[in-house]
Amino acid sequence: MKTHVTTTINGEEVEFLCEPHETLLDALRNHVGLTGTKEGCGSGDCGACSVTVDGELVCSCLVLAPEAEGKSIGTIEGIADHDKLHVIQEKFLEHAALQCGICTPGLIVSTKALLEENPNPTEEEARYYLAGNLCRCTGYDKIIRAVLDAAETMKGAA
Amino acid sequence: MAVVEYQSPTSVEEAISFLTSSPHAAKVLAGGTDLIIQSKGKYDEPLTVVDIKGIASMVDAELTDDGLKLGPAMSCARLTARDDIKAVYPGLVEAAYLIGSTQVQGRASVGGNLCNSSPAGDTGPALIANRAICVIQGPNGTREVPVEEFTTGVGQNVLEKGDILVQLKFPRPAARTSDAYLRFIPRTEMDIAVAGAGVSITLDGDGTCTDARVGIGAVAPTALLVDAAAQALIGTKLDDAALAAAAQAATDASSPITDRRGTIEYRRHVVGVLVKRAALIAAERAKGA
Amino acid sequence: MSEAREFKYVGTRSIRPDGFDKVTGRANYAADLDLPGMIWGRILRSPHAHARITRLDTTRAEALPGVMGVATFKDFPAVSTEEFQSGEGSTALNDLARNILADDKVLYHGHAVCAIAATSEALAEQALDLIDIEYDVLPPVMDVADAMKDDAPLLHEDMFTEGLEEKPSKPSNIALRFELKKGDIEQGFKEADLVIEREFYTPTVHQGYIEPHACTVRYDNAGTSMVYCSTQGHFDVRAATAKLLDMELGKIKVVPSEIGGGFGGKTTIYLEPVAMILSQKSGRPVKMVMDRDEVFMASGPGSATRNWVKIGAKKDGTLVAMQARLCYEAGAFPGSPMRPGVMTVFTPYDIENAFVEGYDVVVNKPKVAAYRAPGAPQSEFACEMLINEIARELDMDPIDLRLKNAAREGTQTLYGPKLKKVGLVECLEAVKASDHYRSALKENQGRGVAAGFWFNIGGPSSVSINMNPDGTAILIEGNPDIGGSRASMQLMAAETLQLPLDDVKPLVGDTDVLAYSGATGGSRTTFATGMATIQAAEDIVRQFKERAASTWNVTPEQVEYANGTVTNTAGDDSMTVAEICAGADRTGGHISGRGNINARGAGPSFAVHLADVECDAETGRCWVVRYTACQDAGKAIHPSYVEGQYQGGAAQGIGWALNEEYIYNEDGRLENPGFLDYRIPLASDLPMIETIIVEVPNDFHPFGVRGVGESGIIPPLAAVGDAVAGAAKINVTELPLSPPRVLKAIAEGASA
Repeated sequence: MKTHVTTTINGEEVEFLCEPHETLLDALRNHVGLTGTKEGCGSGDCGACSVTVDGELVCSCLVLAPEAEGKSIGTIEGIADHDKLHVIQEKFLEHAALQCGICTPGLIVSTKALLEENPNPTEEEARYYLAGNLCRCTGYDKIIRAVLDAAETMKGAA
Repeated sequence: MAVVEYQSPTSVEEAISFLTSSPHAAKVLAGGTDLIIQSKGKYDEPLTVVDIKGIASMVDAELTDDGLKLGPAMSCARLTARDDIKAVYPGLVEAAYLIGSTQVQGRASVGGNLCNSSPAGDTGPALIANRAICVIQGPNGTREVPVEEFTTGVGQNVLEKGDILVQLKFPRPAARTSDAYLRFIPRTEMDIAVAGAGVSITLDGDGTCTDARVGIGAVAPTALLVDAAAQALIGTKLDDAALAAAAQAATDASSPITDRRGTIEYRRHVVGVLVKRAALIAAERAKGA
Repeated sequence: MSEAREFKYVGTRSIRPDGFDKVTGRANYAADLDLPGMIWGRILRSPHAHARITRLDTTRAEALPGVMGVATFKDFPAVSTEEFQSGEGSTALNDLARNILADDKVLYHGHAVCAIAATSEALAEQALDLIDIEYDVLPPVMDVADAMKDDAPLLHEDMFTEGLEEKPSKPSNIALRFELKKGDIEQGFKEADLVIEREFYTPTVHQGYIEPHACTVRYDNAGTSMVYCSTQGHFDVRAATAKLLDMELGKIKVVPSEIGGGFGGKTTIYLEPVAMILSQKSGRPVKMVMDRDEVFMASGPGSATRNWVKIGAKKDGTLVAMQARLCYEAGAFPGSPMRPGVMTVFTPYDIENAFVEGYDVVVNKPKVAAYRAPGAPQSEFACEMLINEIARELDMDPIDLRLKNAAREGTQTLYGPKLKKVGLVECLEAVKASDHYRSALKENQGRGVAAGFWFNIGGPSSVSINMNPDGTAILIEGNPDIGGSRASMQLMAAETLQLPLDDVKPLVGDTDVLAYSGATGGSRTTFATGMATIQAAEDIVRQFKERAASTWNVTPEQVEYANGTVTNTAGDDSMTVAEICAGADRTGGHISGRGNINARGAGPSFAVHLADVECDAETGRCWVVRYTACQDAGKAIHPSYVEGQYQGGAAQGIGWALNEEYIYNEDGRLENPGFLDYRIPLASDLPMIETIIVEVPNDFHPFGVRGVGESGIIPPLAAVGDAVAGAAKINVTELPLSPPRVLKAIAEGASA
């Protein structure tokens, strides 16, 4: 039997029907049409499906879709303000911190969570916080530079 | 098992009633980081999940002069953000911090890790070192079980149908007591422990160890309390000989398997190294505690 | 190309044109397309490494409401043994078919047996449980050395070793023997003062792209069938699908999605023909997405190898003889990259006497796919480890030893041509001069250096550029953009068109809108497709001049073009590109340009890497503390993405050296088909990766480009391997240098 879920995604109230076994990732991609959140493993080991639930960074593949009831979900589609990119997004582009781009949505969502929690991370703190976001293309160098530069810029703007 | 029903009760009693009244298998959903993966596929085995995160007492923590009362489903992310708890039980918080990635910590919990009862669970040794007591509520009332007796085998524990782990209680450590948890993994993050060690050390004024608890993980079907390792430390100033003896005691107590994460001989060796290193860290912390 | 040229756009660090979509989640990858009426396909996979299928009955599965189609090997029309060329390798078509869906035998754990399409993914999975299948389990052979033994279990009873002087009388797991020789190897060793030989082992590794294979396919009996998928080469997907299913090539359109990593692993096909069969049977579009464990069990991987190498040197460091015997696992079907392994193993060295033999051997593992410089990391690892050992024995600096023997312009390679201008010496000198090379090591640290060679390829590329009436340009390339190729094409087109960067909009065209382009692989895209881009842009510039000339009634030779404006040298007229394009319908129609080439002269790219590793001697854990990657780019079109290729290759090579490996149990079942236990490097595992871009121009490319995608994965194995040897004070002959292996070696060293 399908479950009816009412939730808030990127500030907008959304309703969907899902099977109770489906994950939040399934629901976002297949029932809400938000395919920016990617599936790399389905087991919490790659971070491509990172979203926030009530502000907490999680893998959406490890959340049951019915758990979204009454919660506030943040996805990659909610990071930019319409056509105005978030500083983190701009820095990822400036630093060429993506090659294929499949890990990028998850990394940007995670980076935003990192900088909200710790606006001034050291390189080591950034690397450990983002250890759950696998990237196979870049060797992480440019990602970490983008993250640290975004932190600097956001501090300057604050 | 495939989840066919999701329930989100707001009281422990309601949760117990969902668990006992389900016509098919029913399980508690805490963070879900193990359960959701385990329940994939097998559509002919229906499962009801009872999400306990809507019950306030399950996700809260209270630190008093008497000790810590930890809601078992409190996410590791929330726990590791609690500097007050970290100051008193640094090793416990280290163990919570080591469970998976930041994302996984947003969901995973100490209680969930314990109830999953994997031999490699990170919290087991740290809970043992900190003398945790498991408070279990079920259809027939409430009982308390020392954590080292909670897990009974690989994926098995003392919980019976309708039982819920409702609290983890920790005594306040004595003066000049502290703890540390270390695990060994091939990478720096994300891996499952190849071996783990939680050590609590109490020192007297001149630096002699007057009390110790040693828990080890991933080297036996369950996390183990290793009294012989503690005895090797008590009465010493944690000199090399004492540390070597404690390490050897941990190695002797272990009975690991060879699998994709490590060999028997490797795990037996490394658990000793971890006990030695964790004891030194705990002792250093105890000096200031 | 002659003297250094001034560039306006080439060499700048522009923002990639596909960037906005990729940082906002808008970009569509393989699993992101749904079609009306779409259903889902799932695959039943073998639980055994080697077994004969004795019964396969789908009756009960087909009876489940919602099940709409079943596919098995029998659905392939008779398929020939013709070799099918794709990306950097070739496979017999019937092997490709039997890999996609098993025939009478399953040959590895995870081998696809049967597929089912149903109205939901969950329902398709439920139906898989209702397939009645029985196996007669056979003994598996899981290691190349075991597979080569006379009494080894045979994967294919009809396979006889090729490449031998006489056709063998007995079938074998050895598919092919291949050799190359030069000079007199025995005489060479006689001249040597020092001879060292060792055998090295490298494990099965996976490309590890984060995006699983996926596709959405719609069969259309009357018109054009559509395949939407993630691939490095959509034209090759079209050809393979057509051949395997006996469909008309022109009636299949393959639309490439954005591609979430490939590294060679997406130059072949797995799901696409299966989805086509299911779509044909169900009359519905079918979507198939691999789970992560399926990716590890049944796609990729890279060959495990056992490579024996013997090198002779004189006291002064002159290398006089190099010999190797290279044994590559092909997985379940022939086609390992043994041959490029043989061809590359000694190419960094100018050597008189060399002899290399290679074996392509089938084992009960997934059929290997190309993996970044396929075959080269394994063989060059063995060579480079020995070179470092020789340097130690002779008490020479390992870079000086390499410089003394380095291949350079004019060096006769073992595999055929004499090298044109190459940058190995320049890379060695750059690393030697680096701050890193002169820095001191701490206790428990070791340092390793290694070189790497990869040919790079050219091949067919097509590009078309269409001018809009406002003077902006649409550039269509046929190469999926795996790491910034749109950005490179935009830079090269804008440079040639002399138009603002933003006025050139690059996109990747499907198989219906562009002539054939070879796959994005072999480090060919920036080189070959870049040449096609430049050619198409030159075609446009020529037309700008012609249109202006005809407007002014002068000859094209009398007009000049610069910075978006055509001027009449015979008068004082001028026209902007926008004006020419706006008026194009009055001068002969709107303007488009084409570049269709088969590019020759891909310049090889040499790389030299430097690794510092620290070891925890009590646990055997080793980690990289400092790393420098230096490589010849010819000309870096977009330096940031060139650095990215160096860094990414280095990271993959570091993973290969330290932790990555397929772990099989004694029954041949894969024990670690996931990112939890197949341990690719994490952000917290690595330091910053310093890069040095050397630019020795490739004279065959108008801007001097050499491909840079692959060489960077070659040196890390030996650079890290040798650094571990120094840090842990052990001999290194086997990868990965995982903690248990290193600790064991430390213990053995202590007791020896």
